[in-house]
Amino acid sequence: MDKSAAPVTGAGFRLGMRKVSVLVPGVVVFAVAFGAAASAKGLSLFETLLMSGLVYGGISQLVAMELWRPEWSWGAIVGLAVVTATVNSRMILQGASLQPWFAPYSKALNAFHLFFFTDANWVIGTRYRAEGGRDLGVLIGAGVLLWVVWILFTGLGYGLGALVSDPRAFGIDLVMPIFFAAMIVPLWRGRRAAVPWVVAGLVALVTAKLFDGYAFIIVGSLSGALVGAFADDAA
Amino acid sequence: MTLPDLGSWGAIIAIVAMALATYLCRIAGVVLMGFIPLTPHVRRGLAALPGSIIAATVLPLIERLGLAAAIALLAAIGSMVLRRSELLALVVGMSVIAGLRALGF
Repeated sequence: MDKSAAPVTGAGFRLGMRKVSVLVPGVVVFAVAFGAAASAKGLSLFETLLMSGLVYGGISQLVAMELWRPEWSWGAIVGLAVVTATVNSRMILQGASLQPWFAPYSKALNAFHLFFFTDANWVIGTRYRAEGGRDLGVLIGAGVLLWVVWILFTGLGYGLGALVSDPRAFGIDLVMPIFFAAMIVPLWRGRRAAVPWVVAGLVALVTAKLFDGYAFIIVGSLSGALVGAFADDAA
Repeated sequence: MTLPDLGSWGAIIAIVAMALATYLCRIAGVVLMGFIPLTPHVRRGLAALPGSIIAATVLPLIERLGLAAAIALLAAIGSMVLRRSELLALVVGMSVIAGLRALGF
């Protein structure tokens, strides 16, 4: 395979860590909030760190704390896995959106780095690629740095516990929406290109009204992608 | 066939199940797109996808979280337009929401 077409370098890895550093403070407060919620729910420190290390998906981990129980049945575990998959189903589309970037790399490398794939490095990677960047190290560096930060500050939050018992008061439920909303600005390519986004938002609003859960993200996003795929044909 | 008793392993197995479900989400879109040829339509659809994911995630959340959240997000976007700094946008957005909530909104 042509190496120059599929670069992954240490310099890219460091660039990714630098690029994502602006998102670290938000991840820190989110991680502290999760750690505090986990200690309030009675998880052991080991279980809390294990969840942050293996799952590494903030919103799904907070939702899991709502469903956490002292005794488990196989049925309850399957239910938790299904809820986790629906909350994280946006990752399916985020992965799809970057697949043309990943395609030249080996399956093993993709299977490895996707373990660290999350909202924040998707944001960084999408922006980097839109600016013409191709070094996969950027995505991996950003993901790995945030993974370490996520685990460390989960532990801190677990220790602080009750001190941050009301994360809502600090606006922690808004960290991810703020990241996402702020990303609209660098993604902006004029009004025509934004038409699919408007459709996606409106379809998601209606879907959220009609159905419980997180299906609105998938239904809305796919509607926007469909509009984007065929919008220019009429023009 | 009966499943083995969970014993004291329930929490650990629950965490592993969450991890498997999440990893499947991480790889599923990439694997699926490997089977779909990149026609011009698919290319344009993928190009519209990031902004669509953001709009589809954020708008219903704002609707659920209320007016204070909407104002905070607009403030964050405004600071992003002016300064292009995600960190500043986060500080602005979280200050606005914390302030509004402290005032009882």
